[in-house]
Amino acid sequence: MVPVAYYLILAAVLFCIGIGSFLIKRNVISIFMSIELMLNAVNLTFVAFAHMWHQVSGQIFVFFVMVVAAAEAAVGLAIIIALFRSRQTLNVDQVNLMKN
Amino acid sequence: MNLQLLWLIPLLPFAGFLINGTIGRKLPRPAVAGVALLATLIPAGIVAKLWMFMQSPGVAVAYTVSSRPWISITGFQVNFTFAVDHLTLIMLGVVTGVGFLIHVYSASYMAEDEGYWRFFAYLNLFMFFMLVLVLAENFLLLFVGWEGVGLASYLLIGFYFKKDSAANAGKKAFIVNRIGDFGFLLAMFLLIQHFGSLSFGTVFEKISLLPPGPCTWLTPVALLLVLGAAGKSAQIPLYVWLPDAMEGPTPVSALIHAATMVTAGIYMVARCHVLFDRSPTALTVVAVIGAATALMAATIGMVQHDIKRVLAYSTVSQLGYMFMACGVGAYEAGIFHLMTHAFFKALLFLAAGSVIHALSGEQDMRVMGGLRKKIPITFYTMSAGVFAIAGIPPLAAFFSKDEILYQTYIWDNPLAKVLWIIGVLTALMTSFYMFRLWFKTFFGPYRFEDATAHGHGVIYIGHAPAHDDLSDHGAPVHSRSDTTLVMEAEHDSGQSAHPHGVHESSWIMLGPLVILAILSVVGGWVGVPLAFGGHNELEHFLGPVFEPATHVAEHVVARGPEIGLAVVSVASALLGLFTAWFLYVRNRGRANELAHNFKPAYSLLAHKYWVDEIYGAVIVTPLLLFSRFVLGGLVDAGIVQGAGSAAGGTTRGFSALARRMQSGNIRSYAGWLALGAAAVILVTIFGLHPFTH
Repeated sequence: MVPVAYYLILAAVLFCIGIGSFLIKRNVISIFMSIELMLNAVNLTFVAFAHMWHQVSGQIFVFFVMVVAAAEAAVGLAIIIALFRSRQTLNVDQVNLMKN
Repeated sequence: MNLQLLWLIPLLPFAGFLINGTIGRKLPRPAVAGVALLATLIPAGIVAKLWMFMQSPGVAVAYTVSSRPWISITGFQVNFTFAVDHLTLIMLGVVTGVGFLIHVYSASYMAEDEGYWRFFAYLNLFMFFMLVLVLAENFLLLFVGWEGVGLASYLLIGFYFKKDSAANAGKKAFIVNRIGDFGFLLAMFLLIQHFGSLSFGTVFEKISLLPPGPCTWLTPVALLLVLGAAGKSAQIPLYVWLPDAMEGPTPVSALIHAATMVTAGIYMVARCHVLFDRSPTALTVVAVIGAATALMAATIGMVQHDIKRVLAYSTVSQLGYMFMACGVGAYEAGIFHLMTHAFFKALLFLAAGSVIHALSGEQDMRVMGGLRKKIPITFYTMSAGVFAIAGIPPLAAFFSKDEILYQTYIWDNPLAKVLWIIGVLTALMTSFYMFRLWFKTFFGPYRFEDATAHGHGVIYIGHAPAHDDLSDHGAPVHSRSDTTLVMEAEHDSGQSAHPHGVHESSWIMLGPLVILAILSVVGGWVGVPLAFGGHNELEHFLGPVFEPATHVAEHVVARGPEIGLAVVSVASALLGLFTAWFLYVRNRGRANELAHNFKPAYSLLAHKYWVDEIYGAVIVTPLLLFSRFVLGGLVDAGIVQGAGSAAGGTTRGFSALARRMQSGNIRSYAGWLALGAAAVILVTIFGLHPFTH
């Protein structure tokens, strides 16, 4: 039996990688992927706790998060395609039309 | 008679004002005039009915109708209350009667003016406030009318508001009146303090219950009321607005600045006679102010060239007479003169308006002359007015002015004889300047067409007619010449519509003239004193109002000297007539020589004693400088604007800081987001007070 702390540490590491790449990366798709990484880190903690307390509510939440993430991916990818079509770039630093 | 009808007397003109003021612009002109005329005719009818009711035997001296409380606080209450007694009746008769005639006249006089509906709306508004003023039963309601007629006066003086001089004259009238109103307000505060009430009935009853004799503590109240009356009735030192008020259309000058509004001050003093009788100091002040004003205005009136200005100074002078009458305690004489003056001065103004109308807007007497044959009806009616004001028996002002002079003469005061001499001198000058106006306008050679031949009566103003009097020497005497130049474009009654020569006015204008002329002739007969075999009906009529006055004893004084005094005043009137005839008909040009020989005196009069200039230097300029530099420069630009700039600058500084977060850089947003999330997590774990645990 793997102690729950291991799962949590793994999830924390994943989440920090997600945050770090979210802050550092310039490519929109990379940012998008780092968001997915953070979501899945959270999913992992949900599942770990659900297993520990023998309750299904955590697992149900994981499904919710997955569904929302799928919808978000669909919308987000559509936005990225539209962005690329209009700006010919995926670099977020160059997407600052609203400034000034 | 149902006394609730009293409410209708002022409210109908107000309804007329509302109708003409809101939809008048869209109504045809006859409808506008119809509304305005009905709104004054019906109140006049009610007043007539009221008059008959009050005359019938067995009615009380005074009636009041009251509404629900208007202002009601602990220990103090004011109602909308109207009261009618014989004094009010006379004022109501004058206001509605003369007012209606002037409305009729205006319907034709203003016919060409584009502001027709506006004019009648203002005129009805004036009637409303004036009727509130005379009907009011307490000081506060009187003050409402008092302020309201000031407003209407302001609007009507500035009726031709595109003309700078008219707009400025309106402002001047309003501001000078405010000074008087300030005195009135303070007087009301003192009355509340002393009596806890503003109702005439309560206040006067409490005064009459005081032990007999003068009450010095009432003197401040009375003097403040005098200040108010001096503002409204154009007395020294606040008379300066009235001559300028002639910028308004002529019917306005007749109605507001001759017959009704300017007499409000005299009415107020007469109404408060119970109060004034307790303060001999205030009465003396009133008498001296009145006499000084009468004399001063008459002297200025002798050298004016604008026909309306002569009449304006004459009005100031006659108001001085009425003030003097009130001051010597002869309130009936003051009210008597007020009534006859309303008739003949309205007549003179309307006739002058008819002359101006005939001459396509010309007001300068130096280009008038020989109009007797051209406009005969105007001539005859105006003659009635001129003879009436000059005091030729048996016309109106002979009796009223004589009564004032007589009462002044027998006044129990060391000043009485001095004031009487001033009065007689004023009568002499009144006669002189009125006949001067009469001769210059209607007699002598006909001059107007020469003038019009050179460009419609405008160009010659600069080089005034050579053969005329007084004008050609003095400095810039002709204060109106600048406005005269403008006049052609827009003036009284749209004169440009009559390019064809001199013409008599329509019968709509002449009708009121004829009626007023008859009244000017017979108006004095209601007050023929006992000494002339009359019964002095007016004095008996007003008796119930003024009977408690202190001069009751004078009624029994033998009227022996009265005939002698009357002879003196008639002689002075005839002397004035003769002098005017001598200078302006017999020896034309003598006046010029006189003006030349007495240049300093003439210059002093022509500049109206430099009063406007002195007020300008002593009061207006310092005020303006104070406003511009201290209030404008220091307070406004420094403190007010400084505070505003400081508040704005602080906000701007903070917003500059906050703006940094909105960099437009998505990764910086992400960073803020992460930071915020981290902060939330920290708070969740450690709470808001990490160190208290």
